[in-house]
Amino acid sequence: MIELQNVTLRIGNWQIRNLSFAVRGGEYAVLMGRTGVGKTSILESICGLRRVVSGRILIKTVDVTSWSPADRKVGYMPQDLALFPTMTVRQHLEFAPRIHGVAGKIIRERISQLAELLEISPLLDRGIRGLSGGESQRVALGRALAAEPLVLLLDEPLSALDETTRVAAQKLLKRLNQEMGIAVLHITHSREEAAALADTCLELDVVQDSRQAVIRSMSLR
Amino acid sequence: MLLILLLLIADVSFVSASEFQAALQKPEIRAAFRLTLVTCTLAALLSVWVATPLGYLLSRFSFPARGMIDVLVDIPIVLPPLVLGLSLLILFHQPFPLSRSMTMAPSNSATAVNHSEGQDSQQPGDQSTREAAGEHPGWILETWLRKDLGFPVTYQWPAVVLAQFAVSCAFAIRTMRVTFDQISPRAEDVARTLGCSRSQAFLQVALPQAWKGVLTAFTISWARALGEFGPILVFAGATRFRTEVLSTSVFLELSVGQLDAAVAVSLMMVAMAVLVLLILRGLGTGLSP
Repeated sequence: MIELQNVTLRIGNWQIRNLSFAVRGGEYAVLMGRTGVGKTSILESICGLRRVVSGRILIKTVDVTSWSPADRKVGYMPQDLALFPTMTVRQHLEFAPRIHGVAGKIIRERISQLAELLEISPLLDRGIRGLSGGESQRVALGRALAAEPLVLLLDEPLSALDETTRVAAQKLLKRLNQEMGIAVLHITHSREEAAALADTCLELDVVQDSRQAVIRSMSLR
Repeated sequence: MLLILLLLIADVSFVSASEFQAALQKPEIRAAFRLTLVTCTLAALLSVWVATPLGYLLSRFSFPARGMIDVLVDIPIVLPPLVLGLSLLILFHQPFPLSRSMTMAPSNSATAVNHSEGQDSQQPGDQSTREAAGEHPGWILETWLRKDLGFPVTYQWPAVVLAQFAVSCAFAIRTMRVTFDQISPRAEDVARTLGCSRSQAFLQVALPQAWKGVLTAFTISWARALGEFGPILVFAGATRFRTEVLSTSVFLELSVGQLDAAVAVSLMMVAMAVLVLLILRGLGTGLSP
């Protein structure tokens, strides 16, 4: 579903060179690696927010390397969530369908289902100020899912949550992955989180004495 | 601070309440007050309309001409006001480069100008004077506006707006740039992954977050337009009931020895400036939402 073929990224004076990996449809992949090694840059390049120097990015076997972020049908949840401060929870969920010109009735049905699935129905008419970390995280997830993306990219989505909320959120993410059959690429530093969620675990690492990063599969056992 | 207080006390003690009221009852001052409100508001609206996308562009994008635009934006701030007025006058009355050769053709002989208004006949680059001397002056902006669009600018009220806009826009652009610098671009990035184009992300995500900055830019532009004098005098003149605004009223009253009226108008402008400062304070010192 997501495939990177020999992708080279430049991040300042640092490079990720000839990166290749694939996440199949319905698969839950976790990407790990040290801070600053370029994990977020990989997600941004899949979204189209960062230009690749060379190589190809395929989503559902279509080469989207030169496509704008709007056309890629990628659900992206950044680490800081980047919620829209002037909008209510409902407006967040309505945002993508409205941009795509989906009919009002269908939007209302979709929002109602999503809100139920994410357990945020009582929050729909609230602004985002004052939401807890877990609530904000579910709103950001709902906003990404409302666009009906082909793949879901999550950048340390659970890092700011307490233990209880994190476990609940992990279950929710896994359930969404299984019920919606959506490919997920999830960045985390937590081995426990990776063990709980991952079908495949990838590690991004730096080649010794060089300014390059490489990716390899890793076992969590 | 002490000096400012002393200045204000001196002004207030100079005129009695009855003199102040009498000065403000004068029809020309009332007309100038009305024109000031209208032109300042138009100049501020125009400034915000230009400054919002330009401030966003300067804040969010890196491109080769950015440094040059940055410098150009600051020019009206550092330029002597009279020079700005003179430059506006020349822009509107100087034949455009290359247009002279085009109007030399016989088919373009119909470039006569209406010079019925006394003041206009003495403007630099006046077309009729040149034509009388057998020259074909080329395409002139003011002539085109006056003849083809029926919308004369120089020495009319639109010249007041344009002179005010030329300076106040620079302040609005600076304000809007700082506003967008303080808003994280992450939300716009996410909006683009959700299907927005860059312009949709700007209009639907960035702009609603920048509303305080827009209000601040409007208020600063309005205040700057209120205090504008030099460019207005040169480009719009100071004709009573036509291009007289409060800043030129002070000048006109002084020039005919009406010191009471000049001070009364000055105090009115001080009151308006204080009101603007209070509004700015009300909007908060921070520009972030």
